[in-house]
Amino acid sequence: MKLSKFILVGLLFGIVLYKSEAVSWFRIYEMFHFQSFHMYGIICSAIALGIGIVQIIKWRHLKSLEGTEITFNPKDKTVPRYLIGGFIFGLGWALAGICPGPMFILLGSGYTVLIVFLSTAMLGTFLYGLLRKYLPH
Amino acid sequence: MVPEFLIQIKDFISQPWPWWVGGPMIAIIMFLLLWFGREFGISANFRVMCAADGAGDFADFFKFDWQSQGWNLMVALGAMFGGYIAAHYFMSPDGAVAHVSAATVESLQKLEYFRELNYQEGQVPLIPPFYSWEALFTWRGLLIIAGGGLLVGFGARYAGGCTSGHAISGMSALQLGSLIAVIGFFLGGLTMTYLLFPLIF
Repeated sequence: MKLSKFILVGLLFGIVLYKSEAVSWFRIYEMFHFQSFHMYGIICSAIALGIGIVQIIKWRHLKSLEGTEITFNPKDKTVPRYLIGGFIFGLGWALAGICPGPMFILLGSGYTVLIVFLSTAMLGTFLYGLLRKYLPH
Repeated sequence: MVPEFLIQIKDFISQPWPWWVGGPMIAIIMFLLLWFGREFGISANFRVMCAADGAGDFADFFKFDWQSQGWNLMVALGAMFGGYIAAHYFMSPDGAVAHVSAATVESLQKLEYFRELNYQEGQVPLIPPFYSWEALFTWRGLLIIAGGGLLVGFGARYAGGCTSGHAISGMSALQLGSLIAVIGFFLGGLTMTYLLFPLIF
């Protein structure tokens, strides 16, 4: 029961991204060519409403279901890891046309070949874990 | 017999969703996870899955309490169910089509690979033909699927998050690091799209 609510949230996430076509390689291609407002509309309206939600949570000191105050982990005050890591992620996002969320969604909708993408994404994460101490952060 | 109003609801959901439905729904999903005391971020699952497979023996980065992250694996599992349901029960009336702009259809024609496929407006598929096992055994399919996964997995962890963790969660909390990461996402995406796609397609 404790974990089932997360499955339901994930299920909603899957339907939303599939139906708004954010899982489509062609929509990502279109976004990086600035040929439609669609993807920008999705991302920007999510952020706009998200900012409002976060501000209300902070202002009202809202508590989570478990009774603890909702907190936000501050990100490190640095540039290289975000810029370089982000750049590498962006190369893969544009190439494969999917980020981690849509990968799981399309895997579920029947594109079993994406198990290869999942495996190499895990390999990439593993390589990062190995090389971490040598990389600028 | 299925009641008429249920069929109407199904037909309503089955239409392609505009951005002003999809975007706010994503914010609501982020809120639900915050309310459950968690933070939205899908790519963290790759780290959990590595740790669960024993990667902690090789790098300290994977020595953490991954058992406590089971909730995030459930979000990923739910996303798979959601993908299945959307694809099988809420298919758009015109099929699995990406309703991209005329400008996009035209620009696809500039790449040799897509010129052969000759997509017309309204016929661009939601899912490209190279998401298949047959295509995986071509250099292009292997590069896109295996290479794309490697870049996404490495880059997401290096940057400390992906589209959900940085572009949605981080930007909503006005985190400067997330803004820099999103700028990085776009610099990488534009480099791939403009400099490398002409070599790949």
